[in-house]
Amino acid sequence: MLEESTESEWQSEVKTGTTIIAVEFNGGVVLGSDSRVSAGETVVNRVMNKLSLLHDKIYCALSGSAADAQTIAEMVNYQLDVHSIEIGEDPQVRSAATLVKNISYKYKEELSAHLIVAGWDRRGGGQVFVTLNGLLSRQPFAVGGSGSSYVYGFVDAEYQKGMSKEDCQQFVVNTISLAMSRDGSSGGVAYLVTIDEKGAEEKCILGNELPTFYDQ
Amino acid sequence: MREGLKTQDGGIQYDLSASTFSPDGRVFQVEYAMKAVENSSTAIGIRCKDGVVFGVEKLVLSKLYEQGSNKRIFNVDRHVGMAVAGLLADARSLSEVAREEASNFRSNYGHNIPLKHLSERVAMYVHAYTLYSAVRPFGCSFILGSYDQDDGPQLYMVDPSGISYGYWGCAIGKAKQAAKTEIEKLQMKDMTCRELVKEVAKIIYIVHDEVKDKAFELELSWVGEVTNGKHELVPKDVREEAEKYAKDSLEEEDDSDEENM
Repeated sequence: MLEESTESEWQSEVKTGTTIIAVEFNGGVVLGSDSRVSAGETVVNRVMNKLSLLHDKIYCALSGSAADAQTIAEMVNYQLDVHSIEIGEDPQVRSAATLVKNISYKYKEELSAHLIVAGWDRRGGGQVFVTLNGLLSRQPFAVGGSGSSYVYGFVDAEYQKGMSKEDCQQFVVNTISLAMSRDGSSGGVAYLVTIDEKGAEEKCILGNELPTFYDQ
Repeated sequence: MREGLKTQDGGIQYDLSASTFSPDGRVFQVEYAMKAVENSSTAIGIRCKDGVVFGVEKLVLSKLYEQGSNKRIFNVDRHVGMAVAGLLADARSLSEVAREEASNFRSNYGHNIPLKHLSERVAMYVHAYTLYSAVRPFGCSFILGSYDQDDGPQLYMVDPSGISYGYWGCAIGKAKQAAKTEIEKLQMKDMTCRELVKEVAKIIYIVHDEVKDKAFELELSWVGEVTNGKHELVPKDVREEAEKYAKDSLEEEDDSDEENM
């Protein structure tokens, strides 16, 4: 029996129900995300890149409300552009994370977004910062978004200090893949960004190229 | 002939406000402000291999002053020190401006302000006061110094015109020429802070004019690896050692003069 849906899809907020992850390695960072944007039960965009550029060697991973997260990223991108010209050199990852944190904290009642900031600078090498709800904390790796709940066990068990760049990339891809297979709000393709002294390299891994696990 | 003076036939004055150029392209108010600095006693700052040392010849105008009052070396942030010459009230006001800049930077960007950026920001502020007739330029110069693990020691000087330059060694105040001559003799790039403190004390003692100015207090401060990046006044034992070295060196020179006679 057909039932008419009384709820229009535009009444639900557009969220990047998401899986995002960032990991430090010696000499850089790897960021990863899925690509699903949902409004209620509808997938509004199945190929969105949630890894946003803040500066040449600093990226952030977006989760939570799509509009809020994107706006914060755009604002910080502008502020970092001005800042790097004023100080005459590339900004520190800590500066980018502090700018994100300042916005997230000041407007915490109105915003619903969590950005993980990660990048490379000449003083501290690869760094990952968490800015959930306006806190600022540096961590060796971080996961976020609705899909992260399903993979906390995996990342805690599998993360090792001193992984190489390739190991980190594999670790990130595996995590995203596992989260996408269990979280209804995560899916699509996996986006990867690797940042080191030489620059940032973006990569997209299509659905059929993702690693498979039990039952797939 | 000073073009700023009013001439007998009622000629035009060019020195009444900072918003006026003279026909030969000078802003007299700014030059007069620099004269105010030259009337003040000397302050020097020298950058070495692992830090920056400041030395100030603080003239004691009255025996009634409490010792250590009217400080001329300020802390701007944990890692930045500022030594001043000129109108002390103007300098204090600018030190507050510098402190606010450093504090806002830390609040916005989460780390220490780079010294080049700080000196440019404060210089911009000083320069703004040279543009309008409603205000007068600041009558002080100051030297900023800092030490950072990654960028090493840095030294910048800002004058009343609002220019800031980076230096290995600089001097401001009445004996700045004599001090610069002494500073140029030093190989500061190869020295450590501990060695440099003694030389700085010596230079201040050398340029101090015993005849015109009587008592003075030597203010010494440093920031570098020896203080772990924190700007602070030099500890009592180091200061006493430096002053002793300075006084002994002067006596030696006096003695050698007598022998030549």
